[in-house]
Amino acid sequence: MKALLALEDGRTFECRSFTGPGESFGEVVFNTSMSGYQEVLTDPSYRGQMVVMTYPLIGNYGVNPDDVESDRIHVSAFIMKEYQEFPSNFRSTQTLSAYLRSQNILGIDSLDTRALTRHIRTAGAMRAVISTQDLDPESLAARAKQSPAMEGQDLASAVTTGQPYFWENDQRMFVETDFSFNSDVWRHQDSRLAVVAFDFGVKYNILRCLEKAGCEVLVVPAQTSAENVRQLSPDGIFLSNGPGDPEPVDYAVKTIKDLLGYKPMFGICLGIQLLGRALGGQTYKLKFGHHGSNQPVQNLATRRVEVTSQNHGFAVDQKTLDPDLVEVTHINLNDNTVEGFCHKKYPLFAVQYHPEAAPGPNDANYLFSNFVELMKENS
Amino acid sequence: MPKRTDIKKILIIGAGPIIISQACEFDYSGTQACKALREEGYEVVLVNSNPATIMTDPDMAERTYIEPVTPKTVEMIIEKERPDALLPTLGGQTGLNTAKAVAEMGVLDKYGVEMIGADLESINKAEDRDLFRQAMNRIGLRIPKSGIANDMDAARKIAEDIGFPIIVRPSFTLGGTGGGVAYNPEELEKLSASGLDASMTTQVMLEESVLGWKEYELEVMRDKNDNVVIVCSIENLDPMGIHTGDSITVAPIQTLTDREYQVMRDAAIAILREIGVDTGGSNVQFAINPKDGEMIIVEMNPRVSRSSALASKATGFPIAKIAAKLAVGYTLDELPNDITGETVASFEPALDYCVVKIPRWTFEKFPEAEDVLTTSMRSVGETMAIGRTFKEAMQKGLRSLEIGRFGFGADGKDGRENNNEPPTVDEIEKFLSRPNSNRIFYIREALLAGMSIDTIYELTAIDHWFLAQLQQIVDMEQQIVKTGEKISFDDLKKAKEYGFSDVQLGFLTGMGESEICRMRKEKNIRPVYKLVDTCAAEFEAATPYYYSTYETENEARLSDCKKVMILGGGPNRIGQGIEFDYCCVHASYALKELGIESIMVNSNPETVSTDYDTSDKLYFEPLTHEDVLHIVETEKPDGVIVQFGGQTPLNLSLALLESGAPIIGTSPESIARAEDRKQFQAMLNKLGLVQPPNGTARTIPEAVAVADEIGFPVIVRPSYVLGGRAMKIVYDRKDLENFTNIALQASPGHPVLIDKFLEDAVEVDVDAVCDGHDTVIGGIMEHIEAAGVHSGDSACVLPTYSLTSSELKEIAAATKAMAKDLNVIGLMNVQYAIKKGRLYVLEVNPRASRTVPFVSKATGVPLAKIATKIMVGKTLAELGFTKEVIPAHISVKEAVLPFDRFPNVDILLGPEMKSTGEVMGVDVDFGRAYAKSQIGAGQNLPTTGAVFISVQEKDKEAALDVAAQFKKIGFKIIATRGTSDYFYANGIENQRINKVSSGRPHVVDAIMNREIQFIINSGTGDKTRRDGYLIRRAALKYNIPYATTIAGARAMCTGIAAIKEKPLSVKAIQLYH
Repeated sequence: MKALLALEDGRTFECRSFTGPGESFGEVVFNTSMSGYQEVLTDPSYRGQMVVMTYPLIGNYGVNPDDVESDRIHVSAFIMKEYQEFPSNFRSTQTLSAYLRSQNILGIDSLDTRALTRHIRTAGAMRAVISTQDLDPESLAARAKQSPAMEGQDLASAVTTGQPYFWENDQRMFVETDFSFNSDVWRHQDSRLAVVAFDFGVKYNILRCLEKAGCEVLVVPAQTSAENVRQLSPDGIFLSNGPGDPEPVDYAVKTIKDLLGYKPMFGICLGIQLLGRALGGQTYKLKFGHHGSNQPVQNLATRRVEVTSQNHGFAVDQKTLDPDLVEVTHINLNDNTVEGFCHKKYPLFAVQYHPEAAPGPNDANYLFSNFVELMKENS
Repeated sequence: MPKRTDIKKILIIGAGPIIISQACEFDYSGTQACKALREEGYEVVLVNSNPATIMTDPDMAERTYIEPVTPKTVEMIIEKERPDALLPTLGGQTGLNTAKAVAEMGVLDKYGVEMIGADLESINKAEDRDLFRQAMNRIGLRIPKSGIANDMDAARKIAEDIGFPIIVRPSFTLGGTGGGVAYNPEELEKLSASGLDASMTTQVMLEESVLGWKEYELEVMRDKNDNVVIVCSIENLDPMGIHTGDSITVAPIQTLTDREYQVMRDAAIAILREIGVDTGGSNVQFAINPKDGEMIIVEMNPRVSRSSALASKATGFPIAKIAAKLAVGYTLDELPNDITGETVASFEPALDYCVVKIPRWTFEKFPEAEDVLTTSMRSVGETMAIGRTFKEAMQKGLRSLEIGRFGFGADGKDGRENNNEPPTVDEIEKFLSRPNSNRIFYIREALLAGMSIDTIYELTAIDHWFLAQLQQIVDMEQQIVKTGEKISFDDLKKAKEYGFSDVQLGFLTGMGESEICRMRKEKNIRPVYKLVDTCAAEFEAATPYYYSTYETENEARLSDCKKVMILGGGPNRIGQGIEFDYCCVHASYALKELGIESIMVNSNPETVSTDYDTSDKLYFEPLTHEDVLHIVETEKPDGVIVQFGGQTPLNLSLALLESGAPIIGTSPESIARAEDRKQFQAMLNKLGLVQPPNGTARTIPEAVAVADEIGFPVIVRPSYVLGGRAMKIVYDRKDLENFTNIALQASPGHPVLIDKFLEDAVEVDVDAVCDGHDTVIGGIMEHIEAAGVHSGDSACVLPTYSLTSSELKEIAAATKAMAKDLNVIGLMNVQYAIKKGRLYVLEVNPRASRTVPFVSKATGVPLAKIATKIMVGKTLAELGFTKEVIPAHISVKEAVLPFDRFPNVDILLGPEMKSTGEVMGVDVDFGRAYAKSQIGAGQNLPTTGAVFISVQEKDKEAALDVAAQFKKIGFKIIATRGTSDYFYANGIENQRINKVSSGRPHVVDAIMNREIQFIINSGTGDKTRRDGYLIRRAALKYNIPYATTIAGARAMCTGIAAIKEKPLSVKAIQLYH
């Protein structure tokens, strides 16, 4: 079915919906991963965004029940060059189209995705609307312009869990309704390290990695207070990834500030940004962000380069970090942005990229072990 | 950590001649390495026997040794040059094996040479099957179970362990003969018995069968800090069981989820670490069980490979260049990504297009060989295509193959479209279940016949995803047929997006190519050009490397400066290989020297011409009229060069000219005039030149009449068949009648061409350059083999050794006269024959020839560069090339033949070209230069022992002299009855031996027992003359040097005599000129 994509700056792209009629708003970003579309779709960090896959053929291996990063699709529309209706893979249980339809997400193809990507590269990530109903370029562009901007939106609270849950045996175990924050909640205290994970839009694979590294993980809502965390008396605190701008997530920044130095802390993606702000630093919006599986990150201590998976539109401003307190440990070799830091006094570290991969390379998986070591040292 | 300063001089070992499985990809990687190392200030010493390479150009290295790539030669070079380091990973398997041998000989230790890039231990770990298995076990990875058996009992026992089906592979056989898959104990008995028999070492390897599993490859790079990147992932369309070089392959991987891909990626990295590839590129091959995803490691190559060349072209990441820099101490993060200019090399390229590589076979050259694909590679070249969809890339790739196809069938070239019945279901099933060079087209037939994807999968094990893509192409084809001329705008657009060519659409709609093209352009459906940029548009790209697609945004950046487009040669095949790429690259270099923008168009991923570094712009596109014209329309070049890329661009030249392309150099009309029999004859008459008497015949009586008039022997060939195929020399009326009949059937409705065959004539090849006024001879080469052997298969020597000065003068005058008459601007090649002092013109080609690189290397004159400059308006006088250069040293070119790959094929030479490559030998006299050329071509020259001689009747007299010569230098002569008697009668003592048909022990027994060190055997190659055939195959199997012509034997004797007199030495090419 014919569709039209309009950007806020007025540029439009003809395309086709392969999931039937619909209309969708969001910020357009592009992702350069050549595999892993199901993980991308279900990554909560994409809340509010339409994702353009730069690899042109998507849907090749279908969809399966295992490769999910949350309980639902988060992208507001999924855009590619050519949708593949006939998947082939021994794990495939469904076509991508059926999967998108089942959650009412627009699937778009027959679009010159490279032209769109180049446009975003030069003009920056921007708001857009896709419609199968309104095919008038002018009216659609006007509506794109009126849609809410990414900056200033607290998207974390839209995707965070309502109820705390334990991550056990690769799945969520929600706590009982009479749950109360105290140190008795941990069920494996003698064999596993107790980690409280703040859910700003956490990806399941982070939880899988923590569990595999020997942690018992309790995932808590983004608004959970510092006091509640202290009541749990964990061995460590994890700050998850999540969508959008860290600035409006000020409640979390306040909580983190409160917890600085209390227990070892590890942050990923939005987690590093919130931690950066809690340490007095500033964050800013990148022109078009980093979204892909091939970002080179250098560990400044070892000079080793990790090929990393990334998905973020905002970054920590290195200039605003106090060099006496914070040490930048990793940088992005493409644009020299901050990819990781640690604290000179407190047992905490964070990275901007995704060591849990999914999708992407496992080069940085060692960070989960580092976190475990840090907790052991501080216990 | 920047580059190493403790090493200054680095030796690079090249891959030697082009052979099946080792083609010009190693010129590409070697050239990149030379450039990269010299850029860093290292002194490069190079050894490579292949004169047609860019890497052996004198300005690519400080010292270039065009010498045989053997451990002995490398030792001599090391002794002379005293390099600090040896880089063994860029010259293919030859380079690696040679380096390994040199190291094991203790040469490196003796002279303090460090092996960089890969050390002996890691090479052994990767190459030795047992060590590799142990290494894989250590890191928890699995390779197919296997075992070695020396007798039937052992074979049974191993089979019991492994289970069925099981692959039986005899060790040390040629071209994988005698192996197969056993599905039960009964078949195991049969196959093992024949395998043990076929093996030179009475040994078979039994291996767990993973036939039908999906096959994958990863191209990996690692630096000394243990940074690892995957440059490219490749999925084979053809499953396990077909050599990856014979498989259609696709980049990136299509049917693995990220989770599965990451398992493979982690495994590849672990393998590099375990094997110990500390710096450089490697290739790891995997098999995946389609049912459950189980992964097996097939093999790894600790060096750059054919796949790495493909990966470099597919991604824009220059693996060989980076590998060279890593070898001298850089790390990936210290090296820039050339394409973006702003990012670093320590990343993994992101593709936003699909790449398809398709092999090019030449089974038609070897009619005795069965067209079946196995684990032993048979293809001689490959083509790559880039599209935004698989369908587009696949169809572009198929029409790049130069096999007369314009996509995935539907081009009017199949039997069904020429009033023949479509293939039957039985036939389709047969062609699907036994992999062969045409299988892809039979998949279309299967789909058209209504066969389901599941059924096709059962027959081929080609993944459903690929079959579904092909189904979509066929569905589109049928949709177009349905609407015919009323094709809708949307369908036309979609068809172009699916990669359909105008030829296909013209055929399917019945409108013809030009009409559909007109209609399409009227509707403004035109291709756009997108960049290959390594990063899926995330960063701006500095390098203009383009492919076409049908989308909205065109990224071609057009300049206002003067620009010239060069059309390349497409995939390598027998008759058109690296020599033409060499010329194209030189054209590009020449344009650069003149400040003219160079635009390269080619579809061969193995070449230097398709390195994005070579020209100012690269269009990786099929070389068809439609595709080339689109680029012309986009770029609007000031000139288009068609005379360097071999037959491919020449075939396009007239149509391009008609479409308004500004072809420069010799006009297409002149080119056509030289090819047209009548016009050519008229020109010769006008100039007072002669060609061998000839005539044409449409019936057998006419043929007999022609032959009676001109006299036997004659060369008979059908007209209008590709590449001078099916030519035959016939000596009598009976043969003539037989073969005329065959030729008439081969090309119905067309006359048979009959030429007088000049027996025992000397053949001469001339390359010349002409600027429209003056002509300068580039080189005159004398063939070693007499006329009748294709010039591409004949050894030749420059300068000539038996021609008189008046003959040379006559040749020069004739060449100049023809160049003038044809108004040649650029290169021209003429083939002459001289018989009894009379000069005959055999053929004139006003274009670059196969010998241009050889002549350039022999004389030090860059002919292709000079020709390019002439085409853009310079004169020979301006360029200072006014006189033929006749070097004081002797250069010999020898052809390298692929017979070891084709079981059952006779190794005789004839009028049809069969060689895949060439080597050059240079020295102060003919004997030494010839000896070097033979050693370079893989012949082990004996200095003592016995020479076996068995020749046909007409060669006996000439053989006498050769036998006497061999005796003189201390060889014993062994001969079969006829030859033996003749020798005795003429005073040459010899030992008689049985023919194979005269009972044992016979000559083949003697060959097996190593009682014969050199074989001279001539014959006509008829199957009926079984004895000669058996001897020749035995020579090949037991690697006994041989000559199949008297001239070749004589030259060999001279060569052996020269080595016996004084051992060979080496000398860099830079010191010759």
